[in-house]
Amino acid sequence: MEKRYYQPEIETMPHEQLRAMQSGKLVKQVKHVWEHCAPYRRKMEEMGVTPDDIKGIEDLHKLPFVTKSDLRDEYPYGMLSVPSSECVRIHSTSGTTGKRVIAYYTQHDVDLWEDCCARAIVAAGGTKEDVVQVGYGYGLFTGGAGLHGGSHKVGSLTLPMSSGNTERQIQFMMDLKSTILCCTPSYAAYLGEALKEAGYKPEDNSLKAGIFGAEPWTEEMRRDIEASLGIKAYDIYGLTETSGPGVAFECEAQKGMHINEDHFLAEIIDPDTGEVLPEGSKGELVFTSLDKEAFPLLRYRTRDICVLDRTPCACGRTHVRMAKPMGRSDDMMIIRGVNVFPSQIETVLLNEGYAPNYQIVVDRAKNNDTLDVYVELSPEQFTDTVSGITAREKALAGAMRTMLGIGAVIHLVAPKTIARSEGKAVRVIDKRKLHD
Amino acid sequence: MAIKQLTVFVENRQGALVEITDLFASYSVDMRALSIADTQDFGILRVIVNDTAEALRILHSKGYLVQATDVIAVKISDTPGKLSSALHALNVAGMNVEYLYAFLARTQRHAYVVLRVADNAAATSVLEDAGFHMVSEEDIKKL
Repeated sequence: MEKRYYQPEIETMPHEQLRAMQSGKLVKQVKHVWEHCAPYRRKMEEMGVTPDDIKGIEDLHKLPFVTKSDLRDEYPYGMLSVPSSECVRIHSTSGTTGKRVIAYYTQHDVDLWEDCCARAIVAAGGTKEDVVQVGYGYGLFTGGAGLHGGSHKVGSLTLPMSSGNTERQIQFMMDLKSTILCCTPSYAAYLGEALKEAGYKPEDNSLKAGIFGAEPWTEEMRRDIEASLGIKAYDIYGLTETSGPGVAFECEAQKGMHINEDHFLAEIIDPDTGEVLPEGSKGELVFTSLDKEAFPLLRYRTRDICVLDRTPCACGRTHVRMAKPMGRSDDMMIIRGVNVFPSQIETVLLNEGYAPNYQIVVDRAKNNDTLDVYVELSPEQFTDTVSGITAREKALAGAMRTMLGIGAVIHLVAPKTIARSEGKAVRVIDKRKLHD
Repeated sequence: MAIKQLTVFVENRQGALVEITDLFASYSVDMRALSIADTQDFGILRVIVNDTAEALRILHSKGYLVQATDVIAVKISDTPGKLSSALHALNVAGMNVEYLYAFLARTQRHAYVVLRVADNAAATSVLEDAGFHMVSEEDIKKL
């Protein structure tokens, strides 16, 4: 396997050395928030913890958790831990699940974030010879800015396309011979479809790799995208709260995403009890930033359910790998008492030969949860008889029941009637919340 | 003697059908016969038009899920029992009718019945043997 790193001394740092580095940084980070961030200090005081209790990463569990609602409560300035004159930028969450979270960055914070993204680009084969098409949204969303900055650090030619405007994306991709595409996986799938419709074959473009993240996607979707664009598709992970994409990224081994542990310390906890679980357990991912200045995070609960893997990776990186999150504990729907993740529904659709364009509607009728899945029918799947279409609905409903353990009502709908994501897809509409 | 029917997937929402008929009107596509099969979620519009290729092109360009389906059409005199005798002929030959719809001619005392069967050629010969006149694409255009 070809070894390619952006910061080899950090990315392949021996484990003991990495731990020592993390411990030193954590002690400083805790001191920094204690002195400069009132909400953290208050939380620590409530638990009777002071910076003196934190001597290294073995003491991490003594610190309080912080949740998304804690960050929202402090909107807009509460979590700012440096004078605003030291900040050079903000980004913000989409606010789809409530009030926005504003994240602040000093130049140091931007640099470390862009370094993380540069590592992801290099791992995907990026060099200064590459043309990186950034199709993530630019603006408050971190996707565009993160990969844009990372691409600059690598020295690649950066195409700041932002999201949407598919015709222009295709024109630039072809005319400027983009080699690496960065966007959401659903948009990558959509671009694949659009290229096919425009009469291009997968080998007609110059792309060799794609870096896709910011929404959940499945292995089936990866294979789909890889085939339709003729590339290797790499996963990238991040949250606005931690800085943005690049907290973790996939290497050429494509067996989990390496967490940039020199900047972000990961834990897995039991989402119900908050107890730290042994490595290799499935649970909620928690991040502590180690050297952020403006918007540090102590034990931030991501709501993402996943597993960490510290076994050696073929790529030579020593940083721990996280599995693709199985779903967010936020996304997880409890339907008739059963845990259902949208990613499971997507897997069934792809297995059954449908495009991953769907919408899930959960509702309650007569005190019973209902699950309806709207799925786009493709021209090849359309028949002229009602029985032909209802037979397809039945087959799909059967496959859903097998995967989910509960029944779903399938509605086949006309192509392109479900809103496409050029940013983030609204996959789930839970109407039960409106009734409660 | 198969003729082309257009089969269009129609969403079950208000205005979905009129969008299609408006489209035909604006391109002067003339409908000869139509039927709709509906379920709670969607409808299937089946329509015979004067210019199938043009109608297909228009619907495709507007992003409709549309398919050209081979069906057969038989001319029967507009008298009680005539449809029955046509269906009897098919039944005796062991042929199943998936769906059918009928329309009356404007001038002559005739009805036309569009039939969807598994084997168009076989059904055509059964009906012709029973003395029925099959309708061709050309006939449809002239109607």
